[in-house]
Amino acid sequence: MSELLLDYLPLVIFIAVAMAIGAALLVVPFLVAYKQPDPEKLSAYECGFNAFDDARMKFDVRFYLVAILFIIFDLEVSFLFPWAVAFGELGLFGFWSMMVFLGVLTVGFIYEWRKGALEWD
Amino acid sequence: MSETFAVRELVPVLPEIVLVLGAMTLLMVGAFRGERAVASINWMAILLLIAAGAIIVLLPAERMESFGGSFVLESYARFLKLLALIGSATAMLMSLDYLEREQQNRFEYPILILLSTAGMLMLISAGDLIALYLGLELMSLSLYVVAAINRDSVRSTEAGLKYFVLGALSSGMLLYGASLIYGFTGSVNFAAIAKASANGGIGLVFGLVFLFAGFCFKVSAVPFHMWTPDVYEGAPTPITAFFAAAPKVAGIAMFMRVAIDAFPNIVPQWQQIVIFVAIASMLLGAFAAIGQRNIKRLMAYSSIGHMGFALVGLAAGTMQGVQGVLVYMAIYVAMTLGTFACILSMRRDGKMVEEISDLAGLARTNPAMAFFLAMLLFSLAGIPPLAGFFAKFYVFLAAIQAGLFTLAVIGVLASVVGAYYYLMIIKIMYFDEAARPFEPMPYQLKAVLAVSGLFNVLFFVYPRPLVEAASAAAKSLF
Amino acid sequence: MRGALHMIVYALFFYLFAGVCIASAIMVVASRNPVYSVLFLILAFVNASGLFMLMGAEFLAMILVVVYVGAVAVLFLFVVMMLDVDFAELRQGALQYLPIGTLVGIVLLAELLLVVGAWAIAPHVADVIAAPIPPFYSVSNTEALGQVLYTRYVYFFQVAGVILLVAMIGAIVLTLRHKPNIKRQDVSQQVARTKADAIEVVKVKSGQGLS
Repeated sequence: MSELLLDYLPLVIFIAVAMAIGAALLVVPFLVAYKQPDPEKLSAYECGFNAFDDARMKFDVRFYLVAILFIIFDLEVSFLFPWAVAFGELGLFGFWSMMVFLGVLTVGFIYEWRKGALEWD
Repeated sequence: MSETFAVRELVPVLPEIVLVLGAMTLLMVGAFRGERAVASINWMAILLLIAAGAIIVLLPAERMESFGGSFVLESYARFLKLLALIGSATAMLMSLDYLEREQQNRFEYPILILLSTAGMLMLISAGDLIALYLGLELMSLSLYVVAAINRDSVRSTEAGLKYFVLGALSSGMLLYGASLIYGFTGSVNFAAIAKASANGGIGLVFGLVFLFAGFCFKVSAVPFHMWTPDVYEGAPTPITAFFAAAPKVAGIAMFMRVAIDAFPNIVPQWQQIVIFVAIASMLLGAFAAIGQRNIKRLMAYSSIGHMGFALVGLAAGTMQGVQGVLVYMAIYVAMTLGTFACILSMRRDGKMVEEISDLAGLARTNPAMAFFLAMLLFSLAGIPPLAGFFAKFYVFLAAIQAGLFTLAVIGVLASVVGAYYYLMIIKIMYFDEAARPFEPMPYQLKAVLAVSGLFNVLFFVYPRPLVEAASAAAKSLF
Repeated sequence: MRGALHMIVYALFFYLFAGVCIASAIMVVASRNPVYSVLFLILAFVNASGLFMLMGAEFLAMILVVVYVGAVAVLFLFVVMMLDVDFAELRQGALQYLPIGTLVGIVLLAELLLVVGAWAIAPHVADVIAAPIPPFYSVSNTEALGQVLYTRYVYFFQVAGVILLVAMIGAIVLTLRHKPNIKRQDVSQQVARTKADAIEVVKVKSGQGLS
């Protein structure tokens, strides 16, 4: 087990270095930067106008559709990893089992293509 | 156990395979032919459901296990699967006319019903917790979508959303319970859990409680019933009819299988829960329905009450109790579908009406429908000699023989209170000032109403086939 | 000596991941801005993935990052932005549910402590374990999963595929909406266009012009 974890040591060091640099860049300006705020500097700037309304506005539901279709195929692909790694030992049955799985999702994919879910409008 | 499977192992799964492959084929037909093919897809879906039923009847009668015990097919599963298929096929048949008229004919609807039914069949046959969860999710996910399928209606989307959020919560509880059970017994297989749980243990009981909470939600038993009235009211009516019949059968099936197969050694522990849930559901179903004006909400509370009565049989925990539940579910499905056939034909000026007061004076404007509806309502109330009486009779008998006198007495009282609101509707139909007549009933609804009405009226003449089938099914579970 | 150091580092990382995970889970509920909530959720996912890693469940840890952080959290962000609800206003109402929420939480915690206190795994566990976990040095975690998922548990695998199919159909049924009267690009038509049906060469007699 610890051999397994030791494999990840570079990753841990990498994350630690990244965090250190990130934190430094956030903290240093607070300490050394010259600050003289006034209301005009701090107010929202919108092409010379005062802000019209809240910056948050409704997203189109189509973003959501794209995201959920992405998740479904993401999951499908994640099932491929253990299959590929153990492929040599799985034999014909394992091969066809994955083909059936992919077949089911391909049916879904054809459906979604024909329905036009992959087009933006 | 070998690591791969022989083709022989696929035989018991054949009905599910037929449904899923059929649904995928119809999906392709729909994708390429578009909405033109809706009518034929609807009929093909009904044929597929019938074909799955035929396969179940034709499969050899002994107990069969597949995939290392994950999938079990015995008389118990066969009985409930046929019941679920009848419920789905009838609901599908009843929705044809509605979808046509309301212009909601979308080819995805029959496909989702098929996939949901496939999920129910898997759920009924589940031999371990993972198969159970997967079947449940396949069933529920399709149900969430069909509840909201009329996406331009605020009520329908609200119904779908509520059902989804609360359903996800209950799935979470169920999974948490399942993980506790797995943690304490080291297995997900029901038989292995039964073996490992010989001396109980508090952790196992906690898992059991969470698991049962999830089950109660799925069969809409109190205290996990709150979604039912809103979803029944908001969903399009044929979909409500579907919700009221087939998923309830599948839910009760998994409830009983887990209780009997996986926890035969800690009966007293789960018996308490089931007794509490049964009493609460019966009482809430009886009292909360009284004030309802909308007939779909009324049916929601009625179904909550009926689930309570059905659970009385499970609370007995005996073979006789299981037999009672099976008879109860068969009769419940028949009564509910018949009643919904009436609700679906409450249509004036091209619009559905749902108030109970709209039924006023039905006996004069449409005496045949009024007669059949009255029979069904008498039967729902459990008045002899109609089928509904025998349904209650079998579960109460089982409860009394198991020594649960209080439960049986409370059940009888609840059914007396419940009779009040059913009789109220009959009074409105027969003695109130006649409202304008409804539009003529489409032939599919007439057929469903006639079959279910006659079944209810004539059940007492020849109850043997059903009772014997249920008895054989109950025997196969123990 | 080296073994002891290992254990200390191991424990250190466990408490780091577990602590940050719980803290960010609390922040998911407590932060005012829902976008921050989602970001804290991502932090919670990453730390949970670290916990999986400590248990040697490499594949699960990576999937948690890929699927949950990479996709589900993005979906949550979309939903938060799509809903256009003033969450700050919603939250003010939420405070009045705090007592009952805390009560339920305390009851659940007490129950859990009770369970942990009475921790006794059934004595027959060893008899019923279906597939013993192969030792780490012989096969990797991913490979061990692959060896059983597609053959022994093929039924679950295929049903999972069908559930994904239902999710796909459901998402399209509920959200796909085509606007009418939109000019779309039809690539095949564009490509199939030939010179013959695109250009017309007109001979114009000199001095007459085109009428």
